[in-house]
Amino acid sequence: MRSQTKLKSLAILFLPLLLFFRCTSTDEGTDWQLIWSDEFDGAAGATLDQSKWNFEIGRGQNGWGNNELQYYTDRTENAALDGEGNLIITAREESFDGANYTSSRITTQDKLEITYGRIEARIKTPFGQGLWPAFWLLGTPNGDEIWPQIGEIDVMELRGQQPTKIASTVHGPGYSAGNGISGDYNLTNSRFDTEFHVFAAEWFTDKIDFYVDGFLHHTVTKEQIENAGNEWVYNDPFFLILNVAVGGNYVGSPNQATRFPQSMTIDYVRVYSE
Amino acid sequence: MNTSTTKIMTKVIFSGLLLILITTGCERSVDGLEEADLTNNPNVFVDGFSGGLEYAVFQGAVLNAFQVDTEVTSDGIGSSMRFAVPDVNDPRGSYAGGTFFTTSPRDLSEYNALTFYAKATESVPLGVVGFGNDLDQNKFTAEVTDFRANTNWKKYVIPIPDASKLTSEKGMFFYSFGPIEDKGYTVWIDEVKFEFLGTIGQPRFEMLDGEDETTSTFTGVRTSLSGLNSIYNLADGTDQSVNSAAAYFEFASSNTSTAEVDELGNVLVGAQGSAVITASVGGIDADGSLTVESRGTFVSAPTPTRDAANVISVFSDAYDNVDVDYYNGFFNGDGQTTQGGTGSGGADLIVDGNGVINYTQLNFVGIGLFDSVPSIDATEMTHFHVDIKVNEAVQSGDFIRLLLLNSVGDGETSGSFTISSSILLQDSWLGLDIPLSSFNGLNDRSEIGLIFFVSDNTVSNIFVDNIYFFKN
Repeated sequence: MRSQTKLKSLAILFLPLLLFFRCTSTDEGTDWQLIWSDEFDGAAGATLDQSKWNFEIGRGQNGWGNNELQYYTDRTENAALDGEGNLIITAREESFDGANYTSSRITTQDKLEITYGRIEARIKTPFGQGLWPAFWLLGTPNGDEIWPQIGEIDVMELRGQQPTKIASTVHGPGYSAGNGISGDYNLTNSRFDTEFHVFAAEWFTDKIDFYVDGFLHHTVTKEQIENAGNEWVYNDPFFLILNVAVGGNYVGSPNQATRFPQSMTIDYVRVYSE
Repeated sequence: MNTSTTKIMTKVIFSGLLLILITTGCERSVDGLEEADLTNNPNVFVDGFSGGLEYAVFQGAVLNAFQVDTEVTSDGIGSSMRFAVPDVNDPRGSYAGGTFFTTSPRDLSEYNALTFYAKATESVPLGVVGFGNDLDQNKFTAEVTDFRANTNWKKYVIPIPDASKLTSEKGMFFYSFGPIEDKGYTVWIDEVKFEFLGTIGQPRFEMLDGEDETTSTFTGVRTSLSGLNSIYNLADGTDQSVNSAAAYFEFASSNTSTAEVDELGNVLVGAQGSAVITASVGGIDADGSLTVESRGTFVSAPTPTRDAANVISVFSDAYDNVDVDYYNGFFNGDGQTTQGGTGSGGADLIVDGNGVINYTQLNFVGIGLFDSVPSIDATEMTHFHVDIKVNEAVQSGDFIRLLLLNSVGDGETSGSFTISSSILLQDSWLGLDIPLSSFNGLNDRSEIGLIFFVSDNTVSNIFVDNIYFFKN
């Protein structure tokens, strides 16, 4: 989830792929078995199932490495069930322990760690300049390894000022931050903040496919990374993250037109294995 | 009477259209043919006039400013609309403006935006563009005033405030473009059509431009709610604000005995008390509110009875008033803080048809009669009359000084008369007939061009009525 630039040449390469895969909702021949899910059923205002999720609290180092502006809390003001089967992560404009915004960031670290599989969530994003919602995975820290050696798989991240576009990206050693391998997906007659969309990554030993609403829009292969002289770091356990950041290098700060509070609504998170 | 007749006619036409719609729908389901359905035709001007489209020029606009242009088009097909905006002082008209309307209404309720392409001979603000002007009631007007055009074709989107209301609309597109820095220019517009765009979202609505306002007022006062906006977020992440007619909004009063509001946002103040007026559009609450504090019955100043033949009136409903530049000159550069005098004919308050000025934050304020109107020749007059009511406690040292200026800016002379605290009345009308000879220093009164009320902040809130000169 570091900042990145889109690779236009890659996008052009993938156009023929898009045409081929438009009608497939998942990789052909893969029999996915549901192994973990949170449907976020529960009473309105209830907090998360702590057997599945952790809250990450505070401002991180240097705004979680991105100069983000929010303070993450575990309060139900920032993350709670809505009683209708959704989790709501809400970014608020309020003074909190030195920050001007609050929000939440939740992870499955030590509770769900997976290697390979289909990771899927149905999400309606917030919108507006400076909002940065994301559904992503980080490699579990192993010994002295630090980011980007541990690897990062961004299933979905969105700039609130671009409500019709999401990006899917992998970051690893030699291809992190602005050099992450990224693909954009644009809606031509819909938005990510006004209706739900399904975001998924299908992670195999030698490639990761990214889907939006069943359309394969971005693929990263081990061969492609190794041909570029880099390392494929996606053979170890990863954990899931959902968060709504405010400000930071990727989106810039909110402005006068940004409306608060802003919410990301998550209908479910489901994880499948072969 | 006319209005109700029109409504009935509209209903009859609408019922007829419903029948046609249903019939067409059946045909479609049988043979699957896409027949042109004029009743929900989205096209306004797409490479040419759409079926049933008419054009009318606005009053004061250049008659032939609009022409169909077959040379310049956005897509190389058919024709575009060309609007030649006049230079300033063009004898043919001061601007380009008109409306495109249909003689039979269309059902636009399945769309959510009017879109078009435009370009201009240079970078210019695109005046006013919108829809809903049907040359009749203009009930559902929606307009944008912050578009800019330049020499490249660009697509513009006007979100419909609430399309469910547009089941029978004739006003398809209107425009008003004036000279920029006295110079004319040319605008081309093409591909004007209604669309449903899934990329438009996050509607927000505003009454009083989203502000929470309070008005202290009286039984019988009428006011109307302005600043009605619909704001939608577009595909590019920007917000587009649309000035929206009141008919898109639903208004509500928290206390109808103190304030009633009708469907067009007209507020009628009732009994003493407090009421909050709010609005919504399609179930979404609008930002902004008006809190009405009714102080009960308003006691008007006594109606003047002097013979009009002996009066030169500046502000009174009892007489024909002379033309006035303004009832508040807003000399802010000179430190003026005074508000008021800005309503219709200067009246901030109209109670049972009688207008009253309400100056607030008074330090000084001038009524102008010299800039674009003749000054007053009061040579034959003997007195100056004014009714003043102080809306606060009168304290020792308070005063209101009246100042008359003759020959403003050209051999100017002036005279003043000070009303002291012992004369001023709190919450009661004080009627004064002041001999003009009492305005010390006013030797010539043949060209009175400014009438000042000066309090130097000693008195801040006053009602003023019946300002006139008279001959005894």
